[in-house]
Amino acid sequence: MSGTYLGMPAFPVAAKEAVGNETLRGNLRHATHTIRDKRARAVAELADWDLLREAGKQIKDRTLRHLDRYLLQLEESVTAAGGVVHWAADAEEANRIVADLVKATGEREVVKVKSMATQEIGLNEALAAEGIAAYETDLAELIVQLGEDRPSHILVPAIHRNRGEIREIFRDRMGEWGRAAPDGLSDTPAELAEAARLHLREKFLRAKVGVSGANFMVAETGTLVVVESEGNGRMCLTLPETLISVVGIEKVVPSWRDLEVFLQTLPRSSTAERMNPYTSMWTGTHDSDGPRNFHLVLLDNGRTDTLADEVGRQALRCIRCSACLNVCPVYERAGGHAYGSVYPGPIGAILSPQLRGTRSEIDASLPYASSLCGACYEVCPVAIDIPEVLVHLRERVADQGGKGHRLEKAMMKAAGWVLDHPGVLAAGERAASRTRALHPSKPPGAGAWTDARELPELPPEPFRDWWKKNRGNDRKDSGT
Amino acid sequence: MSDAKVTVTGPGTGSRERMLARIRAAVADAPEAPEPARDYLDTHTADSGVVDLLAENLADYRALVHRTDGAGLPALVGRLLTERGARTVLVPPGLPAPWLAAVPDAVARIEDDPRATAGELDTVDSVVTGCALAIAETGTLVLDGSPDQGRRRITLIPDHHICVVRVPDQVVASVPRAMPRIVPTRALTWISGPSATSDIELDRVEGVHGPRTLEVILVTE
Ligand code: SF4
Repeated sequence: MSGTYLGMPAFPVAAKEAVGNETLRGNLRHATHTIRDKRARAVAELADWDLLREAGKQIKDRTLRHLDRYLLQLEESVTAAGGVVHWAADAEEANRIVADLVKATGEREVVKVKSMATQEIGLNEALAAEGIAAYETDLAELIVQLGEDRPSHILVPAIHRNRGEIREIFRDRMGEWGRAAPDGLSDTPAELAEAARLHLREKFLRAKVGVSGANFMVAETGTLVVVESEGNGRMCLTLPETLISVVGIEKVVPSWRDLEVFLQTLPRSSTAERMNPYTSMWTGTHDSDGPRNFHLVLLDNGRTDTLADEVGRQALRCIRCSACLNVCPVYERAGGHAYGSVYPGPIGAILSPQLRGTRSEIDASLPYASSLCGACYEVCPVAIDIPEVLVHLRERVADQGGKGHRLEKAMMKAAGWVLDHPGVLAAGERAASRTRALHPSKPPGAGAWTDARELPELPPEPFRDWWKKNRGNDRKDSGT
Repeated sequence: MSDAKVTVTGPGTGSRERMLARIRAAVADAPEAPEPARDYLDTHTADSGVVDLLAENLADYRALVHRTDGAGLPALVGRLLTERGARTVLVPPGLPAPWLAAVPDAVARIEDDPRATAGELDTVDSVVTGCALAIAETGTLVLDGSPDQGRRRITLIPDHHICVVRVPDQVVASVPRAMPRIVPTRALTWISGPSATSDIELDRVEGVHGPRTLEVILVTE
């Protein structure tokens, strides 16, 4: 089962709990605002941002239109370069392939670089069931793993933990997994990072098998690309003898040149940097440099279903930059966990119900986890019209059993955003008058959303003005 | 190889055909997607400014930037290693010999050996390499595994990396200008500032895993 979030409450319930957690809210608020403001500056440096965004959108759309062709070309290039390509229709098959590959090496442990695809399929749990230990090596993932926790943000997965909590986790748990935390560990970020460095280096240096995802795969050349900051990715990609990369089929791009677009837009949208500290690119295997065996597992797991939906397929353009999370007022309140999926925030609200279907309560509630303010669309570097897809998915949920109305009201209450902030709401409505249906005294039924299909054509600028103007009020309101 | 593939993917490897069939069915009615427009800019920088911009952006990401000419290079490399207190320096096989001509005897040179284990590399203090290319607008060094740069791991495990960039020959303004000059099928590492993490309350900390100190020497020839 993907994501192993069985028994997860629907978004309204989970969000309500999260909103009541002051630490979480404080951490999230600090994180999303810091990244958001820096991102705006990084983007402003490029005068051609809109053209890059449009190019990124078009490259991805073209890839998706001819996905069969590009995957076959990729398979051919990777194979010619000494790699082995596997096709996995679902999570179970992908996990089986990886477990068998690891077992064939005779090893019982693997080092992992943070990968949403492997989280999505629950790979660590599947490997554990086969007696294989999977060690996360990204600092944040280490914090999450040691804390027996779940990631809450695409980019900064442990953002729901503050330094004091991290020190406790390191002190109490590191020893059980390997090298213990040093005595007298303080809670300064530098000391905590040093403890993680020593703990993880022990694992890197003995690792024989590495598992990764990839940000991009180039069909033309067979090149895989991983962008990261810490260097744990480079460790996992170059030190082991065997490397297994599990990658969603939508991550392919046709040509080498296409990377010039995404290597400009991804880092700036994501960490607000001109370029992330490390980018690794490898094509099959290389003589005496890096792994001698390379396996690529191409993952479907609901992606072809998503591709079949003409409105929803644009979600497959996502390059996982997390910019949409950082501008989302609902995410800021509710936190990543409330989305019940490895994909939180606005992108999670449209991706998870498409990958997994809308049968479960959590998945049926996700299309309602939004105020449709349009900020996510505005920042998205591949121009995914998230509000459009949300509205589309609400229709689908409504069609299947009319839960929409109840979920709608529950979401708004639980996220504690709209009801707490009538003034904010009113200003928001002026900026985006077509969202009038959001007014809490007049919650819309599912039918109202159907009428509002064209709703996502929000004017982007007024929203920004409104948002800036209202930051001050909002801080006062929520600083409890 | 093909035997191994059949074993792990399971009988019939039916998923490949099934996935391809599902993709074809999914997009059967989709409109044709045109060749992407590429009317974005080739560069954002005037050619005359690229070396200064490179220096500025490298420094902004907390790399330590030095400038010298060919004659001054050996002394500078020697001084940086000495100041660092390095006892050992790792040398890729094709590093130009003059670059290390003034390294004091107290600093032992270790030739990179493909048989060296990661554990052995972990005992080395510093590494000196060249690069394939540097990108000014992003403050990025591109390493492609050429003999003066060596394997990907040697610039990862030691805590101190000195990278020599020949200016202006090896500097390009932008990512779009870099792409045609890079051979995609080589083992590539792009480095923009030292390793960093912001995972703990978004406080930036240098070097969780990679070298904590990156020194870049811009050398005019
Ligand atoms: S939907 Fe867009 S903004 Fe959100 S993570 Fe994906 S690419 Fe980034």
